Amino acid sequence: MLHTVNKSSFERNSLQTCLNTIDDSSVILFIEDGVINAANNTKSSMIADLATQGRVFALQGDVEARGISSKLADNIKLVDYAGFVDLVVKHGTAVSWV
Amino acid sequence: MATKKFMYLNRRSSFGTVYAIESLEVVLIAAAFEQDVSLAFMDDGVYQIVEGQSSDGIGMKNFSKTFHALGDYDINKLYVSKESLEERGLTESDLMPLVYEDEDDDWAEKPSIKIVTNDELTAIMSEQDICLSF
Repeated sequence: MLHTVNKSSFERNSLQTCLNTIDDSSVILFIEDGVINAANNTKSSMIADLATQGRVFALQGDVEARGISSKLADNIKLVDYAGFVDLVVKHGTAVSWV
Repeated sequence: MATKKFMYLNRRSSFGTVYAIESLEVVLIAAAFEQDVSLAFMDDGVYQIVEGQSSDGIGMKNFSKTFHALGDYDINKLYVSKESLEERGLTESDLMPLVYEDEDDDWAEKPSIKIVTNDELTAIMSEQDICLSF
């Protein structure tokens, strides 16, 4: 499954709830304010293991809009909109954590 | 018209909601009425003034550049929460270099941004007539 998260963990618990229910083959894509979760900050430990496994993505346009391109946590994979579509196709059912 | 002290509390990042751009609009209106305006950036609001925002990829207006104009409207008190920056792995050097020209000091260019602790912010807020939260 593909899980998209569009809220900052400093603001909402969407990512935490996503992490509580995610299975071993699913991936996470951060979009909109969700990309704040991809920055290197005090919340980064939440996704460190998943990122190491190559299962954490962030939408490049949203990262650049927020000026955090140079501040991403380790092992975050950037995708463009075409990459977003590829993730949807590859992982089937998408869950949107809003 | 009597001058009042207005403080605008900015707690959201730039693009996920309309709070940030709406706040900036209202700030500029207050400035037009020559009120004493100060801004506070806390929680994810600190991302509003991060340097190097580029919104071309999401098709939204990059209004962060407007913050550079605030100095010309005599809005030069921008308080940024130290705790909120630290929590997000940010420092003052990650923020836009916002400045104003001090007419009482031969128009010397001075920084508008001041990093403050929550305790300092508490004191600044207590001096205000009106606090508006965005």
